[in-house]
Amino acid sequence: MLNELIATPLFGVFLTLAAYALAQILYRRTGSIFFNPVALSISGIILFLLASGIPYDAYAVGGRYVLFLLGPSVVALAVPLYVRRQEIWKRRGPISVGIFAGAVSSVVSASGLAWLLGGSRDVVLSLAPKSVTTPIAISIVEKIGGIAPLTAALVVLTGCLGAICGPEFCRFIGIRSEVATGLAVGTASHGIGTARMLEVSELGGAVAGLAIGLNGLVTAFLLPLLFVLAR
Amino acid sequence: MVRGLALLLGFQLLGELISRLTGIPIPGNVIGMALMLAALGSGLVRLAWVEEAAELLLSHLALFFIPAGVGVMVYGKLIAREWLPISVATVVSTFVVMAVTGKVAQRLEKGERQDAE
Repeated sequence: MLNELIATPLFGVFLTLAAYALAQILYRRTGSIFFNPVALSISGIILFLLASGIPYDAYAVGGRYVLFLLGPSVVALAVPLYVRRQEIWKRRGPISVGIFAGAVSSVVSASGLAWLLGGSRDVVLSLAPKSVTTPIAISIVEKIGGIAPLTAALVVLTGCLGAICGPEFCRFIGIRSEVATGLAVGTASHGIGTARMLEVSELGGAVAGLAIGLNGLVTAFLLPLLFVLAR
Repeated sequence: MVRGLALLLGFQLLGELISRLTGIPIPGNVIGMALMLAALGSGLVRLAWVEEAAELLLSHLALFFIPAGVGVMVYGKLIAREWLPISVATVVSTFVVMAVTGKVAQRLEKGERQDAE
């Protein structure tokens, strides 16, 4: 009977919401950036599944329902962009050049470092679009070669890293501007970073949302070209 | 609220349609975002129609990424096999991207402000 229940969407949806609610309480209580609710929920659910022996597939039945809402949420990013359109349009130069520089440095540093450290061809290729939002990253990797599921995992890890310490790191290296911080976090760590930026600042969140799309666009055009040239 | 959600889903659907028809490697929801921005800008869609639904979704954006993150566990062995190049490249590169993007944007922003003065 328990197995039947676990196979219903109810289980996965409940586990996701419960983990997130708990993680948010911990995050608020501790006030520590290392208790980032997304990273905490993900590791909590993984540990729970491993400890209880419940297969990932059973969780995913309900997980898919939660994931579904990501689609319309990305469309919803148009709202903060529209509300802040004048401030963003005024800075279109710095924004577009910043994202372009970020996209190039991402591809070069991620695959370059992996190559220098003796990563296999598959890993080097899978790492190249790691700062790009999952659906775009996967279509890029399918084009250049590499392991799409590995890319998906690396994209999520990158996102968590940017969400945990992106705004703090920017402040640390002397980036004070809200727009520059939002761009940095959005370009480096896509949607998960943007979720954190939306908590920190409305303008920063809006440009981070813009960076998800633009970084994806630039990388999607640039990366196949780079790999043709490198060959 | 319902009208807002319907509009968001409708634009996503339209984006999916364009993505599939043209075969461009941009996901439907990103195309949907661009279309929604254009619709708001042209007055085709009023802000008040979608504001509430968008706010509700965006205030819980982090939650919707959790299932994708749990999916990492399926590739645990793959990551464990080449953990060194993977972890160093992921961590260092993420900080490099933030530094390059942020510094370039901030410097240009300051430059433009000085030009205007």
